Amino acid sequence: MTQTVSRPAGGAHRPPLPLDVEAIRADFPILSRTVRDGKRLVYLDSGATSQKPRSVLDAERDFYENHNAAPHRGAHQLAEEATGLYEAARARIADFIGAAVEEVVFTRNTTDAVNTVAYALSNAATAKEPSFRRYAVGQGDEIVVTEMEHHANLVPWQQLCERTGATLRWLGLTDDGRLDLSDLGTVVNERTKLVAVTQQSNILGTINPLEPIVARAREVGALVLVDGAQSVPHQPVDVAALGADFLVFSGHKMLGPTGVGVLWGRYDVLDALPPFLTGGSMIEVVRMEGSTFMPPPQRFEAGVPMTAQVVGLGAAVDYLQGLGMDRVQAHEEALTAYALEQLQAVPGVTVIGPPDTVARGGAVSFTVEGIHPHDVGQVLDDLGIAVRVGHHCAWPVVRRYGVPATTRATFYVHTGYDDVDALVEGVRSAQRFFGVTPEEATA
Amino acid sequence: MQLQSMYQDIILDHYRNPHGRGLREPFEAEVHHVNPTCGDEVTLRVHLDGDTIADVSYEGMGCSISQASVSAMYDLVIGRSVPEALETGEHFMTLMQSKGDPAAAEKLEDELEDAVAFAGVSKYPARIKCALMSWMALKDASARALSVTHPTTPTGGQGA
Repeated sequence: MTQTVSRPAGGAHRPPLPLDVEAIRADFPILSRTVRDGKRLVYLDSGATSQKPRSVLDAERDFYENHNAAPHRGAHQLAEEATGLYEAARARIADFIGAAVEEVVFTRNTTDAVNTVAYALSNAATAKEPSFRRYAVGQGDEIVVTEMEHHANLVPWQQLCERTGATLRWLGLTDDGRLDLSDLGTVVNERTKLVAVTQQSNILGTINPLEPIVARAREVGALVLVDGAQSVPHQPVDVAALGADFLVFSGHKMLGPTGVGVLWGRYDVLDALPPFLTGGSMIEVVRMEGSTFMPPPQRFEAGVPMTAQVVGLGAAVDYLQGLGMDRVQAHEEALTAYALEQLQAVPGVTVIGPPDTVARGGAVSFTVEGIHPHDVGQVLDDLGIAVRVGHHCAWPVVRRYGVPATTRATFYVHTGYDDVDALVEGVRSAQRFFGVTPEEATA
Repeated sequence: MQLQSMYQDIILDHYRNPHGRGLREPFEAEVHHVNPTCGDEVTLRVHLDGDTIADVSYEGMGCSISQASVSAMYDLVIGRSVPEALETGEHFMTLMQSKGDPAAAEKLEDELEDAVAFAGVSKYPARIKCALMSWMALKDASARALSVTHPTTPTGGQGA
């Protein structure tokens, strides 16, 4: 493995990385371009969306060039091939998370998947078919979220409560960036219909302990939805081990195309839910007087689906499985440990979230004293370093920690120590540019 | 390094030593604007003397561009009529849409004074909203202030 080390930091902890960064970078065409007047692209924004390896781009292109047709319609050869590729990708993605194939529903993204469940729960209240009313949410019921959720796993539940008269409750956060489970037993109670919780925070990096939450939800008969948008791309996730009822995630954050996400649901739960969107593909029999619907997963896939994108996501899963998700996680953990150590050694830098790698993923958010995150991001951008700045679609989280916004770096399979070094040097450069370099002694 | 074209010394001076900052009495209208993409906020009050903007007072948090912009705006609009101030705002909008064209900045130099230094921001689409937030807040607050002091004039009307 070759690591370009331009600036070895004194005493820095740099164990060999589990993944061959140089070989992986060669698989990502975009990483060979330059930005801002010839600078190497240092892409530290995979948490917003990941870059795509050539095999994913090739799979999409091959689909359009050689097999394009609407799946599950028509009897011609292309339709057969398109259906075959679409369903083969479903099987690979199901295998990736240890699920049965009929439990994997394709959505546009995580947001769409959460809304599919939220609208199913309110549609259940008015469903004509008694079999669809089992999970109906109404007045007197409660939905539980956490203060750590990004907007996609918060706003749809606020809206569900507004539509149905149910009450939204939430678990708070501790000062060190963890879920506060001290009142779990009262917040999740016999009125709770569903608990929605993220497995990995997109801003703090925290990996949440799901076992006690799932166990408490089981005691009171509540459903559990796990937001895997930031976990499924970065760590092994097995739905049987989770014990939840739903897992949602986005393809574009795990090397796949935009426009495809996944709603996994336990089959008996999915089968008891009415559809959210209705139309073609999801029907059984249509008469002018009314219609009946297909079983899952087709019931939740109205219209011609994002076929090429699903095929691309299948290729992304192949790529990740080729690397091994255990190694992907170990790789990011090593980078995170190094980044935390190096950033916290810069006077004026404060990490928002767990300060070490215990139960922590690779989202590193921080503030730089005296410089607004937008201005930090601007200086980094000028150096070719792409980070996220702002509230990261998790406004309550930044508010909880008393900062208007943060700068966030996120890592992935092509990230190396040289990228982290560039980030740290970039932060120092921002401090020099804005003339706010604190004394080293205050570190 | 492109940074200097955006962070002109005038901008950094306004950011470090903002003009007119703080919320003051009296005022006819107060508005609160946010930039939902980044969470920057400004609370802005307008005090009119007839049609003339007698005071603009503000509190806010945000990046250097948004904070310097409100400070430079303060210098430009105090003592002007509402229509004049809004016209200056239109000039500033034109500057923000200029994509870094030096000719556009040169043409607007007289109207915009210090604020012409924001020309470099127009090259960065993600930052234009930062510079415009305070002008949007002023437009909103002055329309509301006029509707208080000139109750028969439609909101945002011609004032005189």
